Amino acid sequence: MIKNISNLGDAALYCDFGTEVNKETNSKVIKYFRSVKKKEIQGIINLTPSYNKLIISFDLKKTHFKEIKKKIENLDVNDSISEFPKKIEIPICCTDDFSLDIKRLEEKLSLKREKIYENFFNKEYFCYMTGFIAGMPFLGDLDKSLRANRLETPRVKVPKGSVGLTEQFANVYTFESPGGWNIIGNTPKEIFDSSKTENPNLVSPGDIVIFKQISFENYKNYNE
Amino acid sequence: MNSFFEIIRAGINTTFQDEGRNNLYHIGIPFSGAMDKRNYLLSNSLLGNKINKPVIEFAYQGPLIKYRGEKISFVITGDVIFKIIKKEKEIQGNCYENYIIEDGDQIDVISTNKSVYGYLAINGEFNLKFQWGSCSVNTKANIGSNNGKKLGDNQKLDILNINSNQVKKKLNYINTRIERIRVIKGTNFNYFSDEGKKIFFNKEFTVSKLSDRMGMRLEGQKIENIVDTNIRSEGLIKGVIQVPADGNPIIMLSDHGTIGGYPKIGVVISSDYDKLVQLSPGSKIKFQEIELSDAETLFKLYEMETQNLISQLK
Repeated sequence: MIKNISNLGDAALYCDFGTEVNKETNSKVIKYFRSVKKKEIQGIINLTPSYNKLIISFDLKKTHFKEIKKKIENLDVNDSISEFPKKIEIPICCTDDFSLDIKRLEEKLSLKREKIYENFFNKEYFCYMTGFIAGMPFLGDLDKSLRANRLETPRVKVPKGSVGLTEQFANVYTFESPGGWNIIGNTPKEIFDSSKTENPNLVSPGDIVIFKQISFENYKNYNE
Repeated sequence: MNSFFEIIRAGINTTFQDEGRNNLYHIGIPFSGAMDKRNYLLSNSLLGNKINKPVIEFAYQGPLIKYRGEKISFVITGDVIFKIIKKEKEIQGNCYENYIIEDGDQIDVISTNKSVYGYLAINGEFNLKFQWGSCSVNTKANIGSNNGKKLGDNQKLDILNINSNQVKKKLNYINTRIERIRVIKGTNFNYFSDEGKKIFFNKEFTVSKLSDRMGMRLEGQKIENIVDTNIRSEGLIKGVIQVPADGNPIIMLSDHGTIGGYPKIGVVISSDYDKLVQLSPGSKIKFQEIELSDAETLFKLYEMETQNLISQLK
């Protein structure tokens, strides 16, 4: 299933699952990611699944590229998947103060605000990966009518809870961070909770997310 | 008697660090930990501590600390200028040599010398809350001890379990600087023009002021991309050299974002990482290509050297 394994520097494996970025390729990545994680292979210290790649970093004091490559090539990935995707609802408020880039999107997409929301909310999005900043989910695929490029100049500070769109994906800024995605709203829900040691992430790769629009009243009084 | 550090002046970027945390890249949390691992390990070894105990890491200017409590030993590693201020005298401090201080003494970590990071360890324990098994502070994500923040002025740091068995230890060690950073070709090496590749491996780059624990930005001749200045976002590791559209390389350091979308021209080898992070803004560097098998051998040698230094202190 892995198309090619090469080395990324001297302490990581670069597993390429193909150039196509779609659910099918990504599901393979996630399957491998879960299998490798479950096997707890000696020397592996980090796994980073993304759209079509899996990066496996290891401790060069304990092992080396060839050894880990062999173990990954001989890994049986079919016996270990029993996790069902979670379905998670994320409420979003889209008042002007939160929908920072709605005007830009109206222009770029030639769509009215209401139509943008209609095409975005109440649909199932698949989580391809999490990361960049802690817990940020990369969700897809957006309706073709909603696909826009990143901002020409990224914001220095995107507020915590902002929901952004870029190309075929949506994300959520789990805390204030720089960023260049088109912000359409803000969620009161905690997407990343660092006080939880076990599962700080609300959304994990392979999960399904549905965005629901809420009023400012409900946003203010939101209680998990 | 309660023992504690009173931080009179915190310094520029003073944080708690240890070995860092593993197995969290997939949720977006980087490795973190002490930037210069060797100097971190040596600081604990010089006090007879367990090797992975939390220490104070500082960059450029360090803290000015007033000590309150029973006698304690401390040590500073790196290339650091500091002094110990006692009631009746001031002592010019030497790195890699432990000192005993007592109630009312002060440690003034004036600055790192032509380097970036230094370490202060004690033969007691800072009273810290760990997060995912590590105290390491990542100020961008607010993860780690001290609520994920750098130390601030007038802060008080409680110290517990001071080891009364205080043995004088000293190490003759000089931090060598390197100008050549050895690099394995990256997964997008062929995105760059022949001219761009030549520039990367032959020309000098300058470390920019915009460098921190997340990344080191370099300035020099632009490296031309002939394929695409973006790739599908994918995982990063420390040492990866990304080249964004502006043609200036950025090296990922210990607090890096876990995912990135710029082409990877190379990866700094593990044995050169400690020396790389010590290059201060304005330093000149050149990259040198190296094969994987040689990088593995160099790492073994570097590790052996570190272990030899540690065993000298046992």
